[in-house]
This record gives sequence, structure tokens and C-alpha cells, in this order.
Amino acid sequence: MNPPVATPFFFYLLAATMIAGGILVITRKNAVHSAMALITTLLAQAGLYLMLYAPFVAGVQIILYAGGIMVLFLFVIMLISIERAEKERQFNKQWLVGIVAAGALGGLFIAVYTTTTKGKILFPEGQLTYGETQNTQAIGSLLFDRGAGQYMFAFEIASLLLLVAIIGAVVMAKKRI
Amino acid sequence: MDAMLHISTLHYLVLGAALFLLGVIGVLTRRNVVIVLMSIELILNAVNLNLVAFSRYWQGIHGPSALHGQVFAIFVITDAAAEAAVGLGILIAFFRNKETVNVDEVNLLKW
Repeated sequence: MNPPVATPFFFYLLAATMIAGGILVITRKNAVHSAMALITTLLAQAGLYLMLYAPFVAGVQIILYAGGIMVLFLFVIMLISIERAEKERQFNKQWLVGIVAAGALGGLFIAVYTTTTKGKILFPEGQLTYGETQNTQAIGSLLFDRGAGQYMFAFEIASLLLLVAIIGAVVMAKKRI
Repeated sequence: MDAMLHISTLHYLVLGAALFLLGVIGVLTRRNVVIVLMSIELILNAVNLNLVAFSRYWQGIHGPSALHGQVFAIFVITDAAAEAAVGLGILIAFFRNKETVNVDEVNLLKW
């Protein structure tokens, strides 16, 4: 097992990329630009997953999120005309209330993350050190294995959910059923 | 300075909270429904980041095969795919009927 190299540098680089991408997503006029910023955010997040020793989730993130869901978004942006929406007001009338509500939520986050019990914060602070494991194999056995597969039922329900989503998307997008 | 150099679970939680807030601001303030859906994706990703970070912490306690957080993150990604498909289908139906993509023009239930 190789120890991770320059962890703080890559963490802050990827975190800054994610935050910048997120800000661009919610401020751009053009929905295509927002989608590109969101793809940047998702790819940086895949890098953070790799730093957390989660290579399988990182691969799923790139293939499914950046490759699948975002292409779906871009297709729909092409189907609807966005020229008119670009010339209009971008923020709704309740934007101030929205920002105040989000600020209250942020205050709640800060309060939770700085709460101390007996002089220690609630969440672990120490450096994370853990070696590479057979990540994909372990996830597969959690999902499918007869003995250790605790998530087999949830997996089947997820497939049912996807089936319902396929039918729902077709029904919604079709002109007349 | 020490806290800056050792990346802990808390760092990932703070980053996840920041992304979550960006997503909430996007959902609450934007008019374009495509960008609202993208903000929802931001929120889901913030939660996923927290789940994977906690999974790493849990692995340090319970051994390498305690990957429940990562399995949960994969389920969240599945849900995000389903949500995006249905949401964009609704968006296409909405655009066909109203010729607009602004969420505040859907006011049938308003007084």
C-alpha cells in the first residue's frame, strides 16, 4: 500500500474546484454553461472519492453522473428553447427570503459542527489513514452475496424504482399516450 | 495550522455542507427549472460526499469491508438518475404546455 501523496494540497484543490463549479451552476444565465460547471464539480468530486479510497463510487460517479445524467440534461436543454429564458429575469421574487433561509441552514450547520461535548467536537478530527482494500469486490458482496449481502432486497427495489422512472419519463415526455 | 494540514472527516463534512447550501440557494432563488434540477443534483452530491467520508471513518473502526456508506452512496446515485429522468420528462411536458421554463409561471394552485 502506498501512502497518499500531498493529501492537503489535492483536497483543497478539488474542494476549491467543487465550490467554484457550484457557484457557477447557480449563477450562470445559460443552462448549458451551468451544465458544464456541474460536470466540473462532479469530476472533482470523483477525485475526492478516490482520496477517500472509494474507487468504485468514483467510477460510478464519472460514468453515470458525468457521463449519463449530465448528457440527459444537455439533451433536454437542446430540446427546449433556452433563448427566451436567457433574456428574462434569472432570480425569482423570493430570492431574498431564499438566501435568508439558506443562511439559517448554514448557521445550523456551523452550530452542529462546532458543538463540543467534554471539550471534543462531535465529529472525528484526527487524520484518516486507511489502506487500499478490495473495494469493488467488497461492495459487490454487500450487494449480491447470499451470506453477507444485506442490501440485496434494497438492490431489487432500486431496479424496480428505475423501471418506474423509465415508464414515468416516457409517459411524461410523450405527446399523446 | 495543524487542522489545515491533516485532512479529517470534518473537512469533508464542511465541504459537503457548503455544497448543500449552494444547492439550496439555487433551488430557492433560480427561475429556470433546468438549473433548479441541477441544484438538486448538487444537493444529492453533497450528501454523497458525506456518506463516503463517513464510510471511510467507519472502515477505520470496523475493518475494510464495512462499506455501508459507499453502498448507500450508490443507491443515492440510482435515485438521482431516476429523479433526473422523471424530472426532465415533466420539464418537457411543462414546456410543451406553457412555452416557458420558469418555475414561478406554474401558479395554477395559487390564490
